[in-house]
Amino acid sequence: MRTKLLVMFAGLVVATSAWAGPQIQSWQAPSGARVLFVENHDLPMLDVAVSFAAGSAYDTAEKSGLAALTHGLLDHGSVDLSEDEVAKQLADVGAQLGGGFDPDRAAITLRTLSHARERGLALSILAQVVQQPVFPQAVIEREQARIVAGLKEAETHPEHLADKAFRAAVFGTHPYALSGSGEVATVGKLSRAEIEAFYSAHYLASGAVVALMGDVTRAEAEAIAQQLTERLPRSGANFSLPRVPALAAASERRIPHPAKQSHVLIGAPGMSRSDPDYFALYVGNYVLGGGGFVSRLMEEVREKRGLAYDVHSYFMPMQQAGAFQIGLQTKGEQAEQALQLVRKVLADFIAQGPTERELLAAKQNIVGGFPLRVDSNRKILDYLSVIGFYHLPLDYLDAFPSKVERVTTAQVRAAFARHLDPARMATVLVGGGAGEPK
Amino acid sequence: MNLRLLMACVAFMAGAPVAAEVFEQTLPNGLKVVVKEDHRAPVVVQQIWYRAGSLDEKTGTTGVAHVLEHMMFKGTKAVPVGEFSRRIAAAGGRENAFTSNDYTAYFQQLHTSKLPLAMKLESDRMHNLKLTDAEFAKEIQVVMEERRMRTDDQPRALLEEKLNAAIYLEHPYQHPVIGWMSDLEAMQGADARDWYQRWYVPNNATLVIAGDVKASEVFALAKQTYGKIPARALAPRRTYSEPAQVGIKRLVVKAPAELPYLVMAYHAPTLRDAARDWQPYALEVLAGVLDGNESARLNKSLVREQAVASSVGAGYDSIARGPSTFVLEGTPTEGKTVAELEAALRAQIDKLIAEGVSAEELQRVKAQVLANEVYQRDSVFYQAMQIGQLESVGLSHRDIPVLLKGLQEVTAEQVVAVAREFLKDDNLTVATLDPQPLSGKPAHAAPAGGFHAH
Repeated sequence: MRTKLLVMFAGLVVATSAWAGPQIQSWQAPSGARVLFVENHDLPMLDVAVSFAAGSAYDTAEKSGLAALTHGLLDHGSVDLSEDEVAKQLADVGAQLGGGFDPDRAAITLRTLSHARERGLALSILAQVVQQPVFPQAVIEREQARIVAGLKEAETHPEHLADKAFRAAVFGTHPYALSGSGEVATVGKLSRAEIEAFYSAHYLASGAVVALMGDVTRAEAEAIAQQLTERLPRSGANFSLPRVPALAAASERRIPHPAKQSHVLIGAPGMSRSDPDYFALYVGNYVLGGGGFVSRLMEEVREKRGLAYDVHSYFMPMQQAGAFQIGLQTKGEQAEQALQLVRKVLADFIAQGPTERELLAAKQNIVGGFPLRVDSNRKILDYLSVIGFYHLPLDYLDAFPSKVERVTTAQVRAAFARHLDPARMATVLVGGGAGEPK
Repeated sequence: MNLRLLMACVAFMAGAPVAAEVFEQTLPNGLKVVVKEDHRAPVVVQQIWYRAGSLDEKTGTTGVAHVLEHMMFKGTKAVPVGEFSRRIAAAGGRENAFTSNDYTAYFQQLHTSKLPLAMKLESDRMHNLKLTDAEFAKEIQVVMEERRMRTDDQPRALLEEKLNAAIYLEHPYQHPVIGWMSDLEAMQGADARDWYQRWYVPNNATLVIAGDVKASEVFALAKQTYGKIPARALAPRRTYSEPAQVGIKRLVVKAPAELPYLVMAYHAPTLRDAARDWQPYALEVLAGVLDGNESARLNKSLVREQAVASSVGAGYDSIARGPSTFVLEGTPTEGKTVAELEAALRAQIDKLIAEGVSAEELQRVKAQVLANEVYQRDSVFYQAMQIGQLESVGLSHRDIPVLLKGLQEVTAEQVVAVAREFLKDDNLTVATLDPQPLSGKPAHAAPAGGFHAH
């Protein structure tokens, strides 16, 4: 059986390596921005993302929400264009402006047709949005009110309460504990001067990563990257994020909520993007709870016992160690049973690691499915941004399958044991009778 | 159309492959096979679409279409329980399934070389499913958890469920796809087996394969796998004609939440003849004029200028087996009521009918439609979805260019005409979410809905 599986595996590797993945070109723009580009003319369109180290981890508890508010206001008026003009002119050429925001990163994305007229207009608007926002006072107040309303609404949702309590338990006073969009008590107090100061300090050309994917030439890509960053300050003060300390002890928090289901989260600080155990943890987690319908958690919680629709685990790799999390939802009466079961599955996995057969199945899926990770312009653009932002090697995608293949069961076991201690995990339960007097 | 042709031209000159092609063949057993070639990456998606959704269910066993979708992963004579997913995973694949009012579909995305495996497995469970009471008893619990997660504990989903039950008196769109909880509690393995026997036949399905494949090879594979499955006569389908609504309907849903929420749903037609119908296209453009971009009418007027809403939207879907609705929805800003928001939304419709739509607005919506047509080609999965959806509602993949043409030909007068014809009170059901404090104590404010005269 082993031999047969190994032969199949070898076959897979041949099949995927016959195909050349995206060829990444990279350079530094005269502005100082880092550029990653994949030239592809299959479709008459261009995707662009500009990323900055300006996520919610650069907030403080007192000014929680400042980073998100700044990011959210970028397309609401610039030196030459009102917010209405930005929206209308983009729509006129069918271009789509978007964004991405997490604790590390604030990104602005654009998808446009690559024909000169449409592309030129869309990029000139993006250049304004990124480099010359004006943060009108009336717009600030309106958006603050909308964010606060959204936060008040979110505070009534069990999944939001669970996430918030989980972040607090896992990250303590580290800025990764801060809410992405801020707090009801903080957002309304943020001033225009603070927004402008945050923008000036964090939207710098030297820290910017410009990702370009699609139907332009190298020369055009060079001009675009410069156009999008040349008016930004070249550099400024250095902001670095503190290390995330390991949990000193286990914790458990139960929060009442009228929901029928309990939302159960278990976790701890996990790994950073640069962690030497990255691949061992990533592949190991596939076996534990990352592998769709075939993980241990899915098998034990859902397939064997019907306890939940969704059960999963993941590592969120960040600049510093992001969370490792197991999550599930189940009706209140069986929350305790599900919690104990998940704890046992996790403890067993940390103690024993995956079997050879499980590891092989994980590699087969991850390596065999590798082309699915880069089968569209959108997905490749996201990889370009991540590779550029986290300073991953340019051959990250090419090397990915072989790094996965080289992981051993012993490495997974050792990596999990180094990063996770079943006796020091944070647990949060919200709803389904959790935290209510019996 | 000119813009689109120009795009194709640019792509061609840049040395790109010519536009992806679609091929179609119907096997002797009635299975329609549609192949879309797209050679950008060595991947393929298989989707099998059964024309059986919650629309085909009967009172008492609502949710059975979706329950069967879950049971399809529980094994056949040749492929024991859990093996389907394990084999797809070992082939590097991703897989799942989805059920709607109109259809149930299953899909796998894999490296192109693994397509034969996926077709073998998918065709096997089309006719060899082993649906045991023991597996059913576990899986129905999973489905109930899914219902709690998606509907019971989600105020806005709960509102939508109750809104649909109010919009339709007779049409089965009144039932939620996930099923009413008491039907799930009463459901037996036999109900799922009956459903499988009734609908899972090749002559009730469309197979869509998109990606880096040759159509001729896919057709040959389809014959070897699905081609062996015998056709079975399908029981005649009931068609429903919802009795005419004779006055406005209103409902209030109370649930734990902070903000009230308003939905106004008007009965609206769906596309039946892609070449001749014009109203569905005009309704799509109307939705775009109202809510197609951040500065479209609703967001600009209600959120940015009047500050009566913290969010607002308009939506309409012309593609369905049954009837459709044109929906306006929004959340009032703090200090404003849903009644004020409703009045503001109505004022926008009145204004549009009285003053018309500008050429600029119309052109903007059309430019977005054309651009989206290009963007959608970035996703092989989406291309397959579009084909499967059209085929499953009685339209054809050949209608895709016809749809684009229909949208481009909509006039400003037609947009006003459909607003006038469909956005009227006798077509309207209004639902409001009345937020309740988490403690479960009575609400401090009066019900957010209100039955104001208009």
